[in-house]
Amino acid sequence: MPSLKDLKNRIASVKSTQKITKAMQMVAAAKLRRAQEAAQDARPYAERMEAVINSLAQSVRGSDSAPRLLAGTGDDKVHLLVVMTSERGLCGGFNSSIVKLARVRANELLAAGRTVKILTVGRKGREQLRRDLGDHLIGHVDLSEVKRVGYNDAKSIADDLLGRFEGGEFDIATIFYSRFQSVIAQVPTARQVIPAQIEESEEASPLYEYEPSEEGILEDLLPRGVATQIFAALLENAASEQGARMSAMDNATRNAGEMIDKLTVVYNRSRQAAITKELIEIISGAEAL
Amino acid sequence: MADTMQFDLVSPERKLASHAAREVQIPGAEGDLTAMPGHAPFITTLRPGVLKVSGPEGEGAFVVTGGFAEITAEAASVLAEHAFPVAEFTTATLDDMVAEMRTAVENAPAEAKAEASKRVADMEALRSVVSA
Repeated sequence: MPSLKDLKNRIASVKSTQKITKAMQMVAAAKLRRAQEAAQDARPYAERMEAVINSLAQSVRGSDSAPRLLAGTGDDKVHLLVVMTSERGLCGGFNSSIVKLARVRANELLAAGRTVKILTVGRKGREQLRRDLGDHLIGHVDLSEVKRVGYNDAKSIADDLLGRFEGGEFDIATIFYSRFQSVIAQVPTARQVIPAQIEESEEASPLYEYEPSEEGILEDLLPRGVATQIFAALLENAASEQGARMSAMDNATRNAGEMIDKLTVVYNRSRQAAITKELIEIISGAEAL
Repeated sequence: MADTMQFDLVSPERKLASHAAREVQIPGAEGDLTAMPGHAPFITTLRPGVLKVSGPEGEGAFVVTGGFAEITAEAASVLAEHAFPVAEFTTATLDDMVAEMRTAVENAPAEAKAEASKRVADMEALRSVVSA
């Protein structure tokens, strides 16, 4: 049985923990709103870009002059997995679920005899992957100094990827991130970015004139498309992270509340018990006289 | 024929403009062009330059670099990698971007060098529009 003083200290410490989690929840809520706005602002550009690349790609597909970013290297031996996670913890299962998805994919690929390379974005993913897939890590992008992800961050990641692709380091690149569905639901997602994935569409697009040629434009646009997809993923990730943190901290605050209630009951009981005990001692002492 | 068209200017980070326009002057990679309502469907990449819009709601000018423009009979949408209203574009921003492009020239493979340095020249040409 812990002493009264111990119980009191315990309650005080849980209370201060609760204050911290409550504050973190509110900060996350504010950041979430900003992150969602940023994701929304980026959407028109990404959608347009995808639509144009799609329609261009359909017209050049099959021709020998299709750029490598579209046609691929014709091989699928070396896979690059880009795992995007957060820089900070305390956000529930956010990082683990992304890493889990990536790990499952990596093991599948390894079992199928492919070579796997992993590039991590964000500290948390690196820490988790280092344990069992440490040999496959080829690089890391540190965003801990970045307060708000900008297009330039995405662009430098994309440039890194494109450089490695040109250098023949991999055949297929897939990004792993968390798609923001709602505050309580974030869906870990894998998306292939190189070679570009083209959706079939039956919709006839108007016949455009191109300047420079179709291939020329595609060659210019495909790298931008990669950067745009990475940027969109980073923003979705940022929103998901805050959403996950918000619900995790909400849970923590509630749990702390429950714990405080329970401890208070125990504290009151033992206080009463102590008083009763003292009374009994006094009374039996008086009777003995 | 309608005398205005829909004009959209978006960068990856935000939507800068979306309104009706009578004409849009676009710095295309192979020369400037002006899009007006009823233009034939057309897609071009951009070179760094100034994009001018005039419409019922007045005139606007933006500095754009990189990206492309998609023009149809009813709309002109410009997707630029970087876009600033001319008023927000300062010498400091320009210097940064020129410096960045200079390093890009140095790192560029031999066959792409000419093109990269052309971009620097385009950038330098923008100095004249920079607000002091």
